[in-house]
Amino acid sequence: MLDAANTVAAMEVRDLTVRFRTDEADVAAVNGISFALAPGETLTILGESGSGKSVSLKALMGLLPRQATITGKVLLKGTEILSLPPSQLAKLRGGAVSMIFQEPMAALDPVYTIGEQIAETVVQHEGVSHRAAMKRALEMMEHVRIPSAARRLKNYPHEMSGGMRQRAMIALALACSPSVLLADEPTTALDVTVQIQILLLLRQLQEEMGMAVVFVTHDVGVAAEISDRVAVMYAGRFVETGSARDVLRSARHPYTAGLLSSTVQGVMRGKVLETIPGSPPSLAHLPPGCAFAPRCSHVAPVCVQSQPPVLVPHPGAMVRCIQDKPLHLPV
Amino acid sequence: MASDTTMAQPGTLAAPAAAFIAPAGYWKLVRRRLLRDKTTLFVTAMLVAIVFISLAAPWVTSYDPYQGSIMLRLKPIGTPGHWLGTDETGRDIWTRLCYGGRLSLLAGVVPVAVSLVVGSFLGIVAGFVGGRIGTLIMRTMDVFYAFPSILLAVAICGLLGNGLTNSIIALAVVFIPPMVRIAETVTAQTRQLDFVEAARAGGTSTMQIIRHHILSNVLGTILVYATSLISLSIILSAGLSFLGLGVTPPQAEWGLMLNSLRQAIYVQPYVAALPGLLIFVTSMCFNLMSDGLRGAMDVRLNR
Repeated sequence: MLDAANTVAAMEVRDLTVRFRTDEADVAAVNGISFALAPGETLTILGESGSGKSVSLKALMGLLPRQATITGKVLLKGTEILSLPPSQLAKLRGGAVSMIFQEPMAALDPVYTIGEQIAETVVQHEGVSHRAAMKRALEMMEHVRIPSAARRLKNYPHEMSGGMRQRAMIALALACSPSVLLADEPTTALDVTVQIQILLLLRQLQEEMGMAVVFVTHDVGVAAEISDRVAVMYAGRFVETGSARDVLRSARHPYTAGLLSSTVQGVMRGKVLETIPGSPPSLAHLPPGCAFAPRCSHVAPVCVQSQPPVLVPHPGAMVRCIQDKPLHLPV
Repeated sequence: MASDTTMAQPGTLAAPAAAFIAPAGYWKLVRRRLLRDKTTLFVTAMLVAIVFISLAAPWVTSYDPYQGSIMLRLKPIGTPGHWLGTDETGRDIWTRLCYGGRLSLLAGVVPVAVSLVVGSFLGIVAGFVGGRIGTLIMRTMDVFYAFPSILLAVAICGLLGNGLTNSIIALAVVFIPPMVRIAETVTAQTRQLDFVEAARAGGTSTMQIIRHHILSNVLGTILVYATSLISLSIILSAGLSFLGLGVTPPQAEWGLMLNSLRQAIYVQPYVAALPGLLIFVTSMCFNLMSDGLRGAMDVRLNR
């Protein structure tokens, strides 16, 4: 899989699966994903809605509801965390592993000021005094480049702009210097100019603090901007992984190629965008063969019968397809 | 760096906005908003006056609330020495109203306070835990909901016998179900908001989430609802006394006074209407105050 070899990975995931069992259906949301992240590295999980991206992230934090059955291993600096008792897992959350959310307005408590919310997390994890925690909150606000941070500290979430709120959310997530940051589409709800500010900020903070980042997005442009490595997710599986450059320049999996050719970037005016026909399969009734086969333009008879092989075109890359040559992109 | 150019923008934008926002503590904010709200200020002042006069009854009047004079029965408003007139046994109405405020306010506030504590506890548990426990609590409340509130109060009072304590108990029981329902709804709504999950993602324990995040978001709504219940409670307890189920004569209580003065309505209509007027004014004030509080306490409303 992804090169896990050298040092101790900041986070390593082995064959993670998530199933939701209800009376009506058995939904296989995540079907065996594995990756390893070195400190300071960014992995982007790229996929469309319902591909299992967000569920995977929540599984990594142990945040899924009780109906979810999780198997596999999540190792944080070599320690397995999924089997930890809830109280110890809670200590890790917000401490060693932290998360930022898509909609900062919803993810911040509306009745507390930003400063109080950051301080709360700090007090909880480090047991310092409220005063010291407020001081840390101020440092963090300055760290994420919020102008006139001291005053902003006393603002309620609704008193801030969208970009400012997301900065505050990041300050909150980074307050206890996590070694892994999970970002669940943190730029999706922002307009494009603010998006790029937040991405640049994240990159800078990552370099300064040396944390690993798992970044979930459906936006190819954002993925190109932020990631070292990209994992393309489809129907709960990674269908292609590799370095960002490799995956986004010379896609090997037909789904990746389809995603790339259906984005607006770089396409000439007047040219019709290519789309992927059909829609993603229902996770309750996955086909026995390749999940993408019904929509694939390169489909072969063998694809519908059995799972495609996992091919390794070169070290550090993986493609779950019957072939591993770069596909010709229409652009 | 790109961030330098990008930073200039929010910085300059923040300056005029900040002058308008002027961050302050939560209660400072609430106080500032209340001070701007003339209606709420006025009704709050009225309520303070009513409460104060009731508490200070022995000092604001020189008459005994239970001692009447047979010579001075049913005097009209403006009688020298009895400026609000006298009742059917010749007791001073002003004195009776002052003393009556004590019991009426007590019967208005205590049931609400009891149902606030019990009801919001049950409601928050039902809303947060959900599942079987939630269903059990909510369905039990639905049973109480099946009865109209006044009928339920009358039934409980009839069961326990009359007296102030029993009418307070009856009203508390009547108010618990709606309180639970409000608390449950708001809690269930709040629980599924992202910030609760975000708090969990930040390592916050369940108890801490309930104490810190749920309670602070739910309490505003519950408190405002409770204040609006006070007026209803005053009216209902007056109603119970009127029916002879609450406070017993010769005690002074507005509802009871209304009942006994009823017979004099053709003789001294204005005097007879006074306790009713006070009930109306007091409950109106509580209602308007709760409206004002709702506006001032919700930080999400930008005013």
